[in-house]
Amino acid sequence: MMKLDDQEQAMLAGEMGRACQWAIEHQLQVGRMFDAADMVAVSQSHMMADPESLGAAGVEFVERLAADGGSVTIPMITDPRGVDLSHYLPLGQTEEMAELERRFVAACRAMGIMMTDTCINYQTIMPPLFGDHVAYGDTGVVIYSNSVCGARSNFEGGPSALAAGLTGRTPRYGLHLDRNRRATKRFIVEDRPQDLMQWGVLGATIGRMAGSYWEVPVIEGINGAPTSDEIKHFGAAMASWGSTPLFHIVGVTPECRDLGDVGATGLAARRVTAADLDDLGAPFGAAGEPVDVVVFAAPQLSLVEMAQVAALCRGRRRAASTDMIVCTPAQVHPDACQLGYIEDIESFGGTVLTGTCFYQQYAREIGEANGWSRLLSNSAKIVNILGGYGYRPALASMEDCVASAEAGTVIDRRPS
Amino acid sequence: MTTRLACHVGIGPAVRGVALVADDNFSARYDLDRVNGVFSRPQHRLYGESYRDVILVLNTAKGGVATAWMLHEMVSRDMAPKALLLNAANTILAQGAALANMAMCDRFADGDVTRLIRTGDRLTVDPAAGLVTITGRVDDR
Repeated sequence: MMKLDDQEQAMLAGEMGRACQWAIEHQLQVGRMFDAADMVAVSQSHMMADPESLGAAGVEFVERLAADGGSVTIPMITDPRGVDLSHYLPLGQTEEMAELERRFVAACRAMGIMMTDTCINYQTIMPPLFGDHVAYGDTGVVIYSNSVCGARSNFEGGPSALAAGLTGRTPRYGLHLDRNRRATKRFIVEDRPQDLMQWGVLGATIGRMAGSYWEVPVIEGINGAPTSDEIKHFGAAMASWGSTPLFHIVGVTPECRDLGDVGATGLAARRVTAADLDDLGAPFGAAGEPVDVVVFAAPQLSLVEMAQVAALCRGRRRAASTDMIVCTPAQVHPDACQLGYIEDIESFGGTVLTGTCFYQQYAREIGEANGWSRLLSNSAKIVNILGGYGYRPALASMEDCVASAEAGTVIDRRPS
Repeated sequence: MTTRLACHVGIGPAVRGVALVADDNFSARYDLDRVNGVFSRPQHRLYGESYRDVILVLNTAKGGVATAWMLHEMVSRDMAPKALLLNAANTILAQGAALANMAMCDRFADGDVTRLIRTGDRLTVDPAAGLVTITGRVDDR
């Protein structure tokens, strides 16, 4: 039985409204499954809720909470949306999809949710502090916040993130408890990755080896701090391939100055070899094949990544047979515009979408509408997701992705 | 003859159904064609199989957070499994089951649930009691 304080008891009794009552009932179900002793206050909530995932039923559910007077009690922000309302018809999305999006946004705003529409809030909005308990959705957000910032969050799916926004709490289990943050698997990296794609492949490989939400990898062999974008791709891919919410890098991440900090001195070490990396990346090779669409997304691009893509696009032009999509948050777009990056990308023939992410915007339907099958990206996360949506995803570096868009065929200069 | 399998207390209502088992992981976004109710990821061991109204028995979760909404959406269209049994659920699957009111259990006392249960086994699932019972085979008379 979870221990509830007086305020939580009042929520459960319905004294703070139907929406808040649903929220704490939901949290109690989840908390009991994971043996939570009580609730913990959280400072922020972040909700993934694209309309493809929600469906009509999910939108109606959120509208009912809003109609019941639901109102968030802590700062609550949102993950990328599924429809860029300024650019959905050209993408092959329908009015029905856009209308679901509009209804959901209206319900969220009625509850006081800030529609930030980003999966890189740790780069653009307000990163959590060390020891900060938060309720974040989007696995990339959670793994970065836990590992790099030292915050405390479980993967909070949309309903649970919403519940946390309404109650200001979450059940205290999993990564809110120090004992679950100790390393359980130890890896030694032989070669430092050289670009964002390689960082993603390394993260994906370790995630696949870790294999469960409840495993915590500790990694040796990364000497010197990666950039924020490098560790973003590393973590997002690890979370995608392994459902992994936390990692430690010895001498880099804040909970792990040495192996002893995370209880890892006695763990057997597993070397991550070039062969392991090749094994993960090989199914995503497609050199020489026609490419339908090149995608930069998952995670959304930071301003620095936008500058890099723009520099590669400058003075070049994509092939008529190959589309290029770039997803960035609304917080980055104005700077990218005034710095000329958007113009560079659009002059190349690329499309910049704001506040969405490719795989969250009805990927199957837009693929069918645009005739996209062979997809190329530098994101080890997105290639893991899109196979189930009917795509044939392939991986290449950012440089090779732009060159492939220009050539119309996959250029992949990874060593084979 | 029945076999009783103890597990951790789960989420959702008690249900009966037929098992569909694989030593593989699960994400509604990564693995499913939710319109047609089949596994659509070519690499998945259940590729091409219908998941509608079966009791899915798998290893653990994979990937992201979308499943937390998607189970609810699938139930709303009557295009969902009856229950999910796992060796280890992650937080997302549990949260999704709670919203969707779908039966879910994990952490089986006798070991790997993907080996304890076979495709075609008839099951009763009682999440509140933390108990799954194999009551027979689908081809039993």
